[in-house]
Amino acid sequence: MWRDLKSVFWAIPKGLSITFRYLFRKSVTQQYPKNKPVLEDRYRGLHYLTRYDDNSERCVCCGLCAAACPVDCIYMEPAETEDGIRYAKIYEINELRCIFCGMCEEACPEEAIFLGHEFEFAAYERDDFIYTKEMLLANYDNIEKERVAKNIKPLIRKERQEFKTPAAPLGH
Amino acid sequence: MIVESILIILKVVVIFAALMTGVAYSTYFERKVVAFIQHRIGPNMTGPFGLLQPIADAIKLLFKETFIPNMSDRFLFTIAPMISFVAACMTLAVIPVGDWLNIGGQRIQLIISDLNVGILYILAVTSLGIYGIILAGWSSNSKYSLLGGLRSSAQMISYEVSIGLGIVGVLMLSQTFSISEIVRQQSGSIFNWYFFKQPVAFFIYFISALAETNRNPFDLPEAESELVAGYHTEYAGMRFSIFFMGEYANMITVSAIASSLFFGGWNGPFLPPVIWFVIKVIMFMFIFIWIRGTLPRFRYDQLMRFGWLILFPLGILNILITALILVL
Repeated sequence: MWRDLKSVFWAIPKGLSITFRYLFRKSVTQQYPKNKPVLEDRYRGLHYLTRYDDNSERCVCCGLCAAACPVDCIYMEPAETEDGIRYAKIYEINELRCIFCGMCEEACPEEAIFLGHEFEFAAYERDDFIYTKEMLLANYDNIEKERVAKNIKPLIRKERQEFKTPAAPLGH
Repeated sequence: MIVESILIILKVVVIFAALMTGVAYSTYFERKVVAFIQHRIGPNMTGPFGLLQPIADAIKLLFKETFIPNMSDRFLFTIAPMISFVAACMTLAVIPVGDWLNIGGQRIQLIISDLNVGILYILAVTSLGIYGIILAGWSSNSKYSLLGGLRSSAQMISYEVSIGLGIVGVLMLSQTFSISEIVRQQSGSIFNWYFFKQPVAFFIYFISALAETNRNPFDLPEAESELVAGYHTEYAGMRFSIFFMGEYANMITVSAIASSLFFGGWNGPFLPPVIWFVIKVIMFMFIFIWIRGTLPRFRYDQLMRFGWLILFPLGILNILITALILVL
């Protein structure tokens, strides 16, 4: 009986006061289709394949991303130009299988593949989710255009040569 | 004679229209307030601030298929929502919205019918609403509906007793059954309100009113986690919305009775009486919704124990003490 009375005269008004205070707080709802969410820089969305400044592809089709991929969603076939530069003849990512873990971008030695901020890529057919090399490069071109427009510093190394020179020895 | 009849019809139409608008916008109000309590925004897409949301909901419900489940009692199934809706609306006939009004030499009382046994009428008519719920539960031929209807009827019958006991506390002081007379007695100052003379009666009345209208924390008939939706599980479209409207009309009438009996009805300074009445009703609606946003649901045995072992004795005690003070 005493506990019941205590709950009526103490706990219920306390709870009511809490909900009343919450009435005036700012809502946390995101009005999604109207206002796009603010994504962190490290957000992992749709992939893109990067290019050098002369528009050649960075990807050398080494297969490390496919090896690192835990769900085997990357497929590639290599080829070589006359100059002996290796490139990917076929490079496909099945975005339906992809879990957006980001292992591919960690594994890539050429800084060729990254996960962007795009997450609205719905389609009607399952086949439309297999992104070919051209589509992934086009993603990069779009991102690059936006980056240049907003004048943001690029995150990746610019020169192809930077890889080829051996790192300076430590000390001395 | 003709003028009087026209006046009565006019009053009925105006009050019914006001009630229906109130019902529509109390759904909006409820959704908004509960949303703010939960840090959400609530409906804001249809019209400015989502103000057209009730209309959109009504149109949606009107165009839905009216479905009657197989093996159900078709006649009772159809008539049940109407009973509960009509009973909910009828109560408002004896609630005074304002005092006498002089318009063009005609004295108009802002009440549909100033019955001298208004409170008895209210108690009688609100009891009728239970039939709608029981019949809905019985005729749906569904176990959830039946259980919801049973719970609801048991709950409403037990809490009706304490609602009556709460009101008796006021009646002993007012010495009249007419609601407009009770409201008139509370004019003058705020301390003439029966809330200050009968606070216990008010709390008994308010808690029982929550249970009577099947609101949180007494919304056992509609306990989603156990009974899907209680007595209106099998209802859809317009029939469902009639139940829904009846429920909200009930909330409004219960708020109107509470403000008339305990909070001075139309009495108040500066503003016109009708505005004061509406403000008080809206305040009660807010409290209803506020409680819904705060408290969890009672367990069934807790509900029954609370009704019969706490509220009921408390009501009798309140009456006894009031009688003693009156005699001394």
